[in-house]
Amino acid sequence: MAIEKITMPQLGESVTEGTINTWLVKPGDHVNKYDPIAEVMTDKVNAEVPSSFTGTITELIADEGDTLAVGDLMCNIKVEENEAKETNPVKPAQNDATQAPPKEQADTSMKNRYSPAVLRLAQENDIDLNDVTGTGKGGRITRKDIEKILQEGKQTKAKTEAAPVKQKDVATAQQEKPSESAVKTLTGDIEIPVTGVRKAIAQNMVRSKSEIPHAWMTVEADVTDLVAYRDKLKNDFKQKEGFNLTYFAFFVKAVAQALKKYPQLNSMWAGDKIIQKKEINISIAVANENELFVPVIKHADDKSIKGIAKEIHALADKARNGKLTADDMQGGTFTVNNTGSFGSIHSMGVINSPQAAILQVESIVKRPMIINNMFAARDMVNLSLSLDHRILDGLICGRFLQYVKELLETTNESSTNIY
Amino acid sequence: MPVMSYIQAVNTALKEEMQRDEKVFILGEDVGRKGGVFKATEGLFEEFGDQRVMDTPLAESAIAGVGIGAAMYGMRPVAEMQFADFIMPAVNQIISEAAKIRYRSNNDWDCPITIRAPYGGGVHGALYHSQSVEAIFANQPGLKIVMPSTPYDVKGLLKAAIRDNDPVLFFEHKRAYRLLKGEVPDEDYVLPIGKADVKREGTDITVITYGLCVHFALQAAEKLAEEGIDVHILDLRTVYPLDKEAIIEAAKKTGKVLLVTEDTKEGSVLSEVAAIISEHCLFDLDAPIQRLAGPDIPAMPFAPTMEKFFMVNPDKVEKAMRELAEF
Repeated sequence: MAIEKITMPQLGESVTEGTINTWLVKPGDHVNKYDPIAEVMTDKVNAEVPSSFTGTITELIADEGDTLAVGDLMCNIKVEENEAKETNPVKPAQNDATQAPPKEQADTSMKNRYSPAVLRLAQENDIDLNDVTGTGKGGRITRKDIEKILQEGKQTKAKTEAAPVKQKDVATAQQEKPSESAVKTLTGDIEIPVTGVRKAIAQNMVRSKSEIPHAWMTVEADVTDLVAYRDKLKNDFKQKEGFNLTYFAFFVKAVAQALKKYPQLNSMWAGDKIIQKKEINISIAVANENELFVPVIKHADDKSIKGIAKEIHALADKARNGKLTADDMQGGTFTVNNTGSFGSIHSMGVINSPQAAILQVESIVKRPMIINNMFAARDMVNLSLSLDHRILDGLICGRFLQYVKELLETTNESSTNIY
Repeated sequence: MPVMSYIQAVNTALKEEMQRDEKVFILGEDVGRKGGVFKATEGLFEEFGDQRVMDTPLAESAIAGVGIGAAMYGMRPVAEMQFADFIMPAVNQIISEAAKIRYRSNNDWDCPITIRAPYGGGVHGALYHSQSVEAIFANQPGLKIVMPSTPYDVKGLLKAAIRDNDPVLFFEHKRAYRLLKGEVPDEDYVLPIGKADVKREGTDITVITYGLCVHFALQAAEKLAEEGIDVHILDLRTVYPLDKEAIIEAAKKTGKVLLVTEDTKEGSVLSEVAAIISEHCLFDLDAPIQRLAGPDIPAMPFAPTMEKFFMVNPDKVEKAMRELAEF
């Protein structure tokens, strides 16, 4: 048996003294090595002081509230003879396994210092460095640490093909992390966890905006005749069919026709190739209070304006009641977004990846226009297209928009049948 | 296979080359009857006579100049500088004439001279008997600088130097002369100039060095192996021109590189090695390139404590290796 001294440890760089807040032990208590014995306050940190030995506390030298210089005696502890002199690291290591060592002791100052080799290997192999435990100085992740992971990974990769998908999720999650942690919650702020649809929207938008080089184009269409035609029909239609004949159905129809003529816009980006789709399936954006869905009107080119209107009605209904199925949302080849319903007159949509473009149909507004050198009150609408510049160029999109405009401007009672 | 010392390997290579080719002759201070101050040419005067083992005045510019002239006329002189420190009066001959003549004469002339010189410290030789001078010559295209680390390499590389059709500076570490022994084959063999040699395979850190420091590194590596640190050691053997390929390969192998030289740190041969690595290996590097070298002080001090402070030794190498391994 021997009496050992426990002294005030240095609880941080440039810390010279600490004040004992609370003793966590009293004379006669048995403590294990690394067990906290006191709470100490310094001008930098509040910390628990771990016991340097396993043994029995014999005497508390300092009182609560005392301020001690680093190295000053705090208390005495009675230790087994062999324990006291023990310098071999085997036994403490066993302790470590059962009870985690105090956090202050693990130096992780180099944890986020990455060498070129480590960064390259991590990027090439989609490894999230936040998940890697470094064995280097100050917790630094070494090239060998990564190489070890790769070696272990190779053995398991052959068995599970699902692994790469998971890693990609991790990669996107990692991208979002820095912005999350950079924002602090103050009192009174509400924290809304990002889950479910919100999370999916966030991930899709991040991917879309970071992967796709967006370009934008807006044309203005004179839909005075269309408005007159629709106004004439709408009451009858509602009575007969039981749902509204919306402007949106006319727009979707025109877009479907235009896509038939310009199939380049009905394309998908597939990395090393562009896939021009045969089916024309129009995704439409439907929102409820908190969420946004993009259900699909399949084979829109085969359908009449009435058919499209019916489908829009059905899908919107389902979305509002949360009854959309996965099947309702699949297979879209082009998106038409009814931003006009919010009163918007100009917007720049984010492309619904992997589609090639999205068309924003803005609000129809009555405006003075000049026709044959005379002012006229006309119903005008802006059509704003966002395009994936990898797939599409301005020329083809311009022609597409001109054609949509032409179709809409020539929609009237004599030329168009809604059935 | 016979075991011989570093200096015996020098002597054997000279003797065999003189026997093989009668154009090979030796000139230098005290190389004849005395057999050289380190006994590198011992017995050669007796065997080949005063026409092929020539004592010269104490004039290094003349030793180099006469040798260069003879080489240009078809002889294969081996000129000895008694100490590398004394090569300075001959620098003009070596750099302005020997290194340039092939280029200057559009290949009409060449200069197959070998200049041997003992270099290095740790022998209480103080200022004029301890220096490493290789860096002075290591940016002179036209020259080759060979600095072997083992008796086996000495024999093979000295023969290659003598047979080389261009000037070769052959620097021998004077402390290695009788300190290092190793197996050397009886038969005639040459080793390629310009090729580095892996002296130890390892996976944790790479040490690139040359000369006597190779042994310090090997000793330190043995010690660290007991701690589970696995050291890769590349011996440059030729410090000019450098074996870039081998340097890049060795650096990429572990991504942690320690360069060791006895020469003063700034502008040493290893500065160029570091530059090659940083040009080619950035994305394989896992730690800053480390250099262990002599301090930037004008010369080796004489006081034993100060000499120890200046010199690289196995303890210093071991410490630097461990720090890099733990990084």
